[in-house]
Amino acid sequence: MGATFQIDFGHKKAARVVGIDLGTTNSLVAYMDVSSPRVIPGEDGAKLVPSVVTYTEGGEIVVGHAAREYLLTQPHRTVYSVKRLMGRGIADVQEELKWFPFQIAEGSESVIRLQLGERTFTPPEISAFILRQLKKNAELHLGEEVKQAVITVPAYFNDAQRQATKDAGRIAGLEVMRLVNEPTAAALAYGLDKRKEGIVAVYDLGGGTFDISILKLHEGIFEVLATNGDTHLGGDDIDNLLLRIALEDVASEWGVDVSSDHEAVQRLRRAVIQAKEELSFVPFTHIEVQYRGRRYQRRIDRELFEKLIAPVVERTLGPCRNCMIDAGVKPEQIDEVVLVGGSTRIPMVRAAVEKLFRTRPHTELNPDEVVALGAAVQGAILSGDIEDKLLLDVTPLSLGIETMGGVVSKLIHRNSTIPASAAETFTTAVDGQRNVLIHVVQGERELARDCRSLARFDLKDIEPMPAGMARIEVRFLIDANGILNVTARDLRTGKEQSVEVKPSYGLTDEQVEAMIRESIELAEADFRERQVREARVEADAILAAVEKAKQNEAWLELSDAEREAVDEAVNKLLLAYHCDDHLLIRAQIDALNQATLKLAETMMDTAVRAALKGTKI
Amino acid sequence: MDTCWQCGSSSGDSLFCKLCNALQRPTPDYYRFFGIPKRLSLDAKELQRRFYELSRILHPDRFLQRAPTEQRYSLEATSILNDGYRVLRDPVLRAEYVLKEAGFEVAGQRSRDVPPELLEEVFELNMALEELRAGDQEARSQLEEARAKFIKLRDEMDRDLQALFEKYDASGDRAVLGEIRNLLDRRKYIQNLVVEVDKETGV
Repeated sequence: MGATFQIDFGHKKAARVVGIDLGTTNSLVAYMDVSSPRVIPGEDGAKLVPSVVTYTEGGEIVVGHAAREYLLTQPHRTVYSVKRLMGRGIADVQEELKWFPFQIAEGSESVIRLQLGERTFTPPEISAFILRQLKKNAELHLGEEVKQAVITVPAYFNDAQRQATKDAGRIAGLEVMRLVNEPTAAALAYGLDKRKEGIVAVYDLGGGTFDISILKLHEGIFEVLATNGDTHLGGDDIDNLLLRIALEDVASEWGVDVSSDHEAVQRLRRAVIQAKEELSFVPFTHIEVQYRGRRYQRRIDRELFEKLIAPVVERTLGPCRNCMIDAGVKPEQIDEVVLVGGSTRIPMVRAAVEKLFRTRPHTELNPDEVVALGAAVQGAILSGDIEDKLLLDVTPLSLGIETMGGVVSKLIHRNSTIPASAAETFTTAVDGQRNVLIHVVQGERELARDCRSLARFDLKDIEPMPAGMARIEVRFLIDANGILNVTARDLRTGKEQSVEVKPSYGLTDEQVEAMIRESIELAEADFRERQVREARVEADAILAAVEKAKQNEAWLELSDAEREAVDEAVNKLLLAYHCDDHLLIRAQIDALNQATLKLAETMMDTAVRAALKGTKI
Repeated sequence: MDTCWQCGSSSGDSLFCKLCNALQRPTPDYYRFFGIPKRLSLDAKELQRRFYELSRILHPDRFLQRAPTEQRYSLEATSILNDGYRVLRDPVLRAEYVLKEAGFEVAGQRSRDVPPELLEEVFELNMALEELRAGDQEARSQLEEARAKFIKLRDEMDRDLQALFEKYDASGDRAVLGEIRNLLDRRKYIQNLVVEVDKETGV
């Protein structure tokens, strides 16, 4: 592909920039191969790394699939869906905290601190562990050090949430070259090969966030016209609806309220998620849980499921309509619709999107992977490998300052193309005043108290003079990451004016620096031993799964040779289990996985057949 | 004549140094930045073409492998480009920009001086708004009527504005800018009324 004998006139090869989708439920890392982006699998072969982190009783950090197993055994030390807590204060997340098994430490007003055992971690630190894992996966796969990354964020993330994501990157030892909005990244992944022109809507319903963006594609420029969304809406909400029902059932059937028994809740959560995912492909299924000798089962069909989730789907449509108004387009002008996020596999979601935009949505790319793929493309744009594409994104929320009476004066309107800036001149109100305090907020409401407080900027060391004489020009600039930068200048002297920033939510630079140091210490502590333990946790999981599968009638449908092969693989894994070699354990896990492929297939067939026949599995 | 921050040669008025190709500190003047004549009526297509063309070469994405000074100028240049495009493509914002540059005071967001010729209508409108807030649904049709009237008035003003643009472009007469300023004040007032009616009637 491309010119073979291209002569390079002294351009030094720019470092590789990987693309990372730091998701609520799963995270992925991708890179730009010769002509197309590819997702990088982890050591276990899985492309999706569950966004779950455990700080074990042994003082180790475990990430991903292995950490997900700890959700059952050490729920108080295990964090999932941490993205929902990024850039937030404790008052913002009361609703989700009800569901989380972990504890919140004291002093979480401006930055949430999670108490895991004897240590506390902030959401950017937890996210950094996930990023570190992805970085490691990429380095192993590519055989080179990875230092630079593009990280995606929901388009509707505010300044504090973006800053928190950038902090997470820094703590993980990554230079975050750009934060890219997830729907925009998805559009980039879709529009890569095709010379497309026209209006595209990207509907992104992820685990915890919803975004809608409308873009205009024109000669390689991806121009976002408008974006809208809800940073508190996603598949998690659907899980919680189902979980609530399951908890009520269990309370009445077993006569015990298990809602504060974290292990029981996690098992139920896993079961409802499985049922939810199955319902995208079969007309009905069962939520099924075995727990401490007790059994809970409930049949759920698609009709009931859809009735249940209709309000969630409906909540996505308002932002879509507003987005079209802001973009100045009507449904019939939208040429293509792209679906992103696992929740868009739900048939009801697809139908609602198709009805609203009057276009059959694209589903060629895996909705779980498309954002990471687009991030990798943006990485290649930044490293200079791709020169004919450019993203022009917008700021999702208006930026304003608080004026007299708590009223907001808007300086930069939402859906302005970024980078965008605005200047405002401030003066003093009393003689000899040395400081002016500026409160910057983000949001669409008229009163500052109804908007999101971003930061207070203190213009310091103003030369004493009579009231109203000082003239300080403050420039607010939203950069290409959607993050606010503030500079001030004394118009009388032309000199730079010092500004002290007090972020309302988030970490100071010093705090981030300290976390970088701590994180390195933790990451290196007993790295080898940790890998062995991780491998053992995975081995436990697969051994348990195989043991359970043997109870299934599908086991009997296998040939003798196939059954023997499985048993042999199990024995080999058990032998490898007690060696202190994680590579050996993993190799045997892979072998067992291979040996049980047929069994898994047969089980799936039986399940589908049973479902179609309408009989109980 | 400016000199290039990098090589010291005279960079003239161009975006990049003609000698060493380094990005220069951008001009904050929107018209100069876009390289289009300082006229009030302008070709929207040409403006858009320039916007895309300049985005392609100035965007920060293109400068991550370059010197920090260039990165800073790229960020500055792109924000001027985006802000300028937003202002120049909108006739009202564009006129306000030209007025400010010419030293005219432009009324803020909340102009509260009622244009004398509208006194009576505004009075009636406020009555109807009060009635609606008190729960009188009959006021609704009255408000919708008033809204239609104001929209019509606003459209007329837009036509007048266009005519004044051409008049100014032809003559360069400062007095015409004064006329434009007054028209914009009245237009802003009308626009605020429309917004207020929409808010109350829940459109």
